[in-house]
Amino acid sequence: MPHVKLDDLTDQQKVKFYQKGTFTVGNRLVDPDNRGVQASEARSNAITSGHRACQGCGEALGARYALDAALRAAEGQLIAVNATGCLEVFSTPYPETSWQLPWMHSLFGNAPAVATGVAAAMKVKGRENVRVVAQGGDGGTTDIGFGCLSGMFERNDDVLYVCYDNEAYMNTGVQRSSATPPTARTATTPAVGDAPGNVFGTGKNVPLIALAHNIPYVATASVADLHDLERKVQKAMRLRGARYIHVFVPCPLGWGSDSKATIKIARLASECGLFPLWEGEDGLVTGSLPIRKKIPVDDYLKTQKRFRHLFEPQRDDARIAALQRMADANIKRFDLLRHEREAAI
Amino acid sequence: MLKQIEGSRAVAEAVARCRPEVICAYPISPQTHIVEACGELVKSGELENCEYINVESEFAALSVAIGASAAGARTYTATASQGLLFMAEAVYNASGLGLPIVMTIGNRAIGAPINIWNDHSDSMSMRDAGWIQLFAETNQEAVDLHIQAFALAEKLSCPVMVCMDGFILTHAYERLEIPDQAAVDAFLPPFQPRQVLDPAAPYSIGAMVGPEAFMEVRYLAHDKQLQALDVIPEIQAAFTQQFGRDSGGLLHSYNCEHAATVVVTMGSLAGTVKDAVDELRLEGPKVGVVSLSCYRPFPAAALREALAEARRVIVVEKCLAPGFGGIVSTDLRMALQGVDCHVKTVIAGLGGRPITRPSLQSMLRRALKGELADLHFLDLNRGMVDRELANQRRGIASGPIAENLLKDVAIHGDAD
Repeated sequence: MPHVKLDDLTDQQKVKFYQKGTFTVGNRLVDPDNRGVQASEARSNAITSGHRACQGCGEALGARYALDAALRAAEGQLIAVNATGCLEVFSTPYPETSWQLPWMHSLFGNAPAVATGVAAAMKVKGRENVRVVAQGGDGGTTDIGFGCLSGMFERNDDVLYVCYDNEAYMNTGVQRSSATPPTARTATTPAVGDAPGNVFGTGKNVPLIALAHNIPYVATASVADLHDLERKVQKAMRLRGARYIHVFVPCPLGWGSDSKATIKIARLASECGLFPLWEGEDGLVTGSLPIRKKIPVDDYLKTQKRFRHLFEPQRDDARIAALQRMADANIKRFDLLRHEREAAI
Repeated sequence: MLKQIEGSRAVAEAVARCRPEVICAYPISPQTHIVEACGELVKSGELENCEYINVESEFAALSVAIGASAAGARTYTATASQGLLFMAEAVYNASGLGLPIVMTIGNRAIGAPINIWNDHSDSMSMRDAGWIQLFAETNQEAVDLHIQAFALAEKLSCPVMVCMDGFILTHAYERLEIPDQAAVDAFLPPFQPRQVLDPAAPYSIGAMVGPEAFMEVRYLAHDKQLQALDVIPEIQAAFTQQFGRDSGGLLHSYNCEHAATVVVTMGSLAGTVKDAVDELRLEGPKVGVVSLSCYRPFPAAALREALAEARRVIVVEKCLAPGFGGIVSTDLRMALQGVDCHVKTVIAGLGGRPITRPSLQSMLRRALKGELADLHFLDLNRGMVDRELANQRRGIASGPIAENLLKDVAIHGDAD
């Protein structure tokens, strides 16, 4: 394809550039230096095919992109530590393993501490070129592993921790975690009663808590924007000390969504404001991805059966409005509609 | 050269001579002085090339140790009591992964009621966790056992707990020999891991194992403990040859030849028991003493040999299985199956209750006369227990037991 300027395209062609600026689908048009890690034949395929993840698994996708990007940044000198959870179980069904890098699983709640130990060993052996990534789901990160995570942050240990957030304990069959959003149906927050699903006023925002530790780097990312995820991983890998990336990964099984809709749902989550994409350094928010075109939370919620009780038998106006307020608060906090404001001036 | 030194400090210096590369520190009495001294040795440069990590919990302490050991570093930590329970999940994990971590236990009771004093409940709670458990009789033995522990752990790729009585040993000052660096270097070669996380040869460590192989994995953990029954005496012999002390091994026998009655015990209590039986000897009967320096693996064959002439064995143990009785004595009965020998259980010293020579001697006199119950609680204040039982019978809302007993002490004193 000859080099084409964006302005030369027809309106129909422009639609295909929905993700312009992220390059996820536009790799062929980008100069090689700016192409994504996955576009390279030299990608490391950290998780090879044959694992047992469900169709449409956001976590498998997110982990592959995150680890391949980290491996490239570390020039292959990377060790991964994994919390118990879906990622651990589906990647190592006995006697097979999908991992193409040194990988260790110890317990559900100790991945940050185990990673600290690995990093300490590398330091003491003068092998600081070998980098360490720890990873876990939201249960392993925001609940049971939270103490170890905070300890690792507080000591500023040289570990990149990646949380793949699918907003519940999926490995054990969809139970509520502290990352489960209000109103969501899980096996322990059933869609019955006066206020069905998970309650309002609970949960914790671990990316902001990570930021409050004043660690060198914190970011949220999404499988809807894999190029942004790769960029954030690469940025994190250029730094030393404790770093945290919280990746939004839809779970078709747990959310009751179409396997083919994983990327779309992730995009809607950010476009409605419920999952803001931002990054911060040394305790300060330094950037965010603006929302291209704001959508109401309804458009996101309707894609998933875990929220169906908000719309059937009739629309639950009050609780959808409460969710909309959460989204709007995120938009305000991270100034996600700044281009609209700037355009208006 | 002998020096006057606190047990904890001596252990820290012995550990430092073993050149650990990662030490995880979290405070809990009575172990705290050990990790404090380790930190001092790292800071002063006496222990070089060591990452000293202040963690946020015991669970993290052992988890950091797991990561460091899996990445090929010689790794040490220490804990006690509630701390050991708090890290329980990681205790099983470390042995399941076959990581040769060495951990000191400053033996202490487990609450509630909270109690910081010595007994063996903490180590006993982890007796089936797949770790080798060594018990020190003296501070000199604690020093020596730590040096042996690294050799043992790394030879078998199995974690080792060195158990030493809280306060009685950890806080006691005495004259000890701390082996010098050159001697320890000659005894303990650099750590060669069986498995290591390394980008040059990627492994997956800690993968899931289902019913198709889990039995075999567990059997191999058992087999490793059985191998330790041979390796421990080998290491003891090598240690004795180099350092001239017979610390460690499976057990120590004292006066067991032609002794029909033998007391079996573990840890620092052995010294008091030896004094008690020596004095009793003046009255006539010969009583032997066996002190277990290795509890896991359980040295059944060595015990059968040491107790070959015994017809009555009294196990004095600082732990209790509520609803059953003794723990060490149960293992001993299993070891003596088919042997014509009666085993009595004496529960003693729980929560730091002093075990005195007069109490031991009065118990032994009853035993020699055949008047000792199969399960005996040494120096139990029966009056206090009976008053509380009566109180509980009076009504369902009888109040918190510990507070009731403290009130009882205030009213009746602590005499029976």
